[in-house]
Amino acid sequence: MAINTSLKKVPMPAQDPLVRNHNFKEVTTGYTPEMAVEEARRCLNCKTKPCVEGCPVNVHIPEFIHLITEEKFEEAFQKITETNSLPAVCGRVCPQESQCEARCVRGKKGEAVAIGRLERFVADWHREHASRPPEKAVTNGHKVAIIGSGPSGLSCAADLAKAGYDVTIFEAFHTGGGVLVYGIPEFRLPKAIVSDEINNLRAMGVNLQTDMVIGRILSVDELLEDLNFDAVYIGSGAGLPSFMGIEGEDLIGVYSANEYLTRSNLMKAYNMEYATPIRKSRAVAVVGGGNVAMDAARTAKRLGAEKVYIVYRRSFAEMPARKEEVEHAQEEQIEFLNLENPVRIIGDERGQVKGMEVIKMKLGEPDSSGRRRPVAIPGSNYELDVDTVIVAIGTTPNPLLKKTTEGLETDRWGCIYTKDNGATSREGVFAGGDAVTGAATVILAMGAGKTAAASIDAYIRHKKAALSRTEI
Amino acid sequence: MFLIMSKRRLNDAVTMMEIEAPLIARKARAGQFIIFRLDEFGERVPLTIADSDAERGSVTIIFQAVGKATQLLSQKEAGDFILDFVGPLGKPSELEGYKHACVIGGGVGNAIAYPSAKELHNNGAIVDIIAGFRSKDIVILEDEMKAVCDHLYITTDDGTYGEKGFVTDKLKSLIDAGNHYDLVIAIGPVPMMKFVSKVTEQYHIKTLVSLNPIMIDGTGMCGGCRVKVGGKTRFACVDGPEFDGHEVDFDELMLRNAFYKDQEKAEYEETCRIGRGPAKVTGKE
Ligand SMILES: Cc1cc2nc3c(=O)[nH]c(=O)nc-3n(C[C@H](O)[C@H](O)[C@H](O)COP(=O)(O)OP(=O)(O)OC[C@H]3O[C@@H](n4cnc5c(N)ncnc54)[C@H](O)[C@@H]3O)c2cc1C
Ligand SMILES: Cc1cc2nc3c(=O)[nH]c(=O)nc-3n(C[C@H](O)[C@H](O)[C@H](O)COP(=O)(O)OP(=O)(O)OC[C@H]3O[C@@H](n4cnc5c(N)ncnc54)[C@H](O)[C@@H]3O)c2cc1C
Ligand code: FES
Repeated sequence: MAINTSLKKVPMPAQDPLVRNHNFKEVTTGYTPEMAVEEARRCLNCKTKPCVEGCPVNVHIPEFIHLITEEKFEEAFQKITETNSLPAVCGRVCPQESQCEARCVRGKKGEAVAIGRLERFVADWHREHASRPPEKAVTNGHKVAIIGSGPSGLSCAADLAKAGYDVTIFEAFHTGGGVLVYGIPEFRLPKAIVSDEINNLRAMGVNLQTDMVIGRILSVDELLEDLNFDAVYIGSGAGLPSFMGIEGEDLIGVYSANEYLTRSNLMKAYNMEYATPIRKSRAVAVVGGGNVAMDAARTAKRLGAEKVYIVYRRSFAEMPARKEEVEHAQEEQIEFLNLENPVRIIGDERGQVKGMEVIKMKLGEPDSSGRRRPVAIPGSNYELDVDTVIVAIGTTPNPLLKKTTEGLETDRWGCIYTKDNGATSREGVFAGGDAVTGAATVILAMGAGKTAAASIDAYIRHKKAALSRTEI
Repeated sequence: MFLIMSKRRLNDAVTMMEIEAPLIARKARAGQFIIFRLDEFGERVPLTIADSDAERGSVTIIFQAVGKATQLLSQKEAGDFILDFVGPLGKPSELEGYKHACVIGGGVGNAIAYPSAKELHNNGAIVDIIAGFRSKDIVILEDEMKAVCDHLYITTDDGTYGEKGFVTDKLKSLIDAGNHYDLVIAIGPVPMMKFVSKVTEQYHIKTLVSLNPIMIDGTGMCGGCRVKVGGKTRFACVDGPEFDGHEVDFDELMLRNAFYKDQEKAEYEETCRIGRGPAKVTGKE
């Protein structure tokens, strides 16, 4: 089939920005089969496959794209899931522009092949057309406990279930999915996709127990000793929100992004049928420049705020959010106040936010992260007229499991220490995802879950072999 | 799904329920709480574990119907189910090594104070309870409290039962009468905890209060429950809910608890008017 020489990606169909910023339906509606084939034909099928190196889980990218050109969509899906168990999620939320697509040869002159959009297309096609649920593997009689049902826990569970393990996931919240359900909004990742993935795991025999805060109701030691799990995987994420430590942060109308997004996404405050309250804001300042900040800002707009500002202390070039999210936010009339930093939040006599004092910044010398350090410009302070402030400056791992599991080592930020294979300082206890790396990405969390699943399999086989030797 | 094993009305607004939750019952300690969500559409609401029985596999909650969620829960009967019931959350109280404690409850706060009094009593401390109520008809748990203390003093604001007056007056008179308390626990409306703490500060008596900020997850992931204690921001769900009463910024807590007041009032009135919320829960009707 002839190569499509267009320098641009086939455009992604999307809801009109000024319509979608008032609803919670998905922003982009996805390629049609014709669009997918046309875009797939832009791939040069390079021998060297630079894109694959850019992918943290080494998806067989040229191969699956080639299958799309042949309209073998189900085969393309099977090809992707050889290494990626959540393509419908990753196709939507991976930072492709800094991973696979960053290495694409087509990107040298023109735009890279739309690998993410193609991945999403294939996964959605499969979801609509798959005829049978996944099968349950023959059980091998060994039990593994997984703490946390985010992408890392889910992918670890999937691989272990395929290998015949009896897997139980313990989730603190009332719904499985981790950040995929409580953090990333419906308009970017429909929750039906996450619940489909979880239903698939259930069909494979995985037992998901919600409302179970490990470290409280059961400890890691009790899982291993009393409940006879052969191994434990900790995929508990990095859910502890950081605050700025400035004056006025406890005023009414100041939220952590975690709280704001949880109220809206998990507790569905945007849906009148649900009892969850959320502030009816007029003007909102979101502090931060990552995906979390973009999601909070776009949610605030959808909940009816007239003005929504992103207050970020560096510039667009340093912004850690996915490029597409920044562009979508701009289209939805989110105003970017870059090179500005909050000084204090101002309240009225009822303790309600009525403004935020901000100072302008400029970029100085590069810091340890290699990014240019923002420095305040003295005397440039001014007051931003807002009634709500959402703090999205980062999260760290929750200390509960460290506090309740003796011998589980962490670094000074509370990230669990692991070897490359995911083994922690405690025998039989493995960990991965944000709990180990600090807040990172879905694909890295998923990759860590897969690596740990292989290590857990090896660990249990080894233990069994050692046991049978001593028995002889 | 969690079964409501039994239900008892303690007064017009306060209900006691025993919930089947064997794993929580095994672990629960005084000072800890659960979060329940009645059905898919409900809020996550924290309630103190008033009692637990590992053998029966049950956790007892005592709650006042103040808003939509607690109102809907109070309409459920034994045999019905609650969708979500998470716990035990929060830090257990440290109640060992005290000789003479005064436990003070205000209204439904008496239900929250009761397990602490019981544990102090079991640990061998002399326990005085001052139980404050607005009026005679809302007095709760009198027999239960009597069984776990050495002296029970009931006060009512209007003098219809026990002594007329506020719990702070009674506390002062007990201290002035020569009782050497090494611990005071005060649980109830925020102003009550604030004023008890003011009294005990003058006498340099260690004072624990149990804070009740608005919560969602109860595990430290939202920060909605943040309170100022000793000038520092703490998350009540993981660092508390019990704190040193002399360090708590009660005024800020009162402001923050009014976060959703207007919205919640409207919902509550709606719930009362139609008798139940929009959501149906499976179980016996
Ligand atoms: C708003 C937001 C937007 C994001 N956008 C993107 C994006 O566009 N692209 C991208 O790649 N990444 C994005 N990320 C980051 C990405 O979501 C995370 O890196 C990823 O979810 C980490 O996966 P995980 O499985 O390690 O942890 P999580 O997804 O955090 O899941 C951890 C789970 O463990 C549970 N848990 C924690 N403690 C316990 C316990 N003691 N007992 C039982 N359960 C427990 C938690 O409730 C949670 O469900 C975003 C994050 C947020 C918050
Ligand atoms: C750790 C903890 C333990 C608790 N234990 C108990 C208990 O054992 N028994 C009991 O009856 N209550 C207890 N509470 C209080 C209870 O959680 C609230 O009353 C609950 O939010 C009511 O929910 P609702 O939907 O019925 O009312 P809502 O509609 O949420 O609120 C109704 C009214 O109460 C106010 N309010 C909301 N939340 C709180 C709060 N946390 N504290 C004070 N006022 C609030 C609102 O502003 C509103 O005016 C506890 C709270 C915490 C944090
Ligand atoms: S309730 Fe969310 S952090 Fe305490």
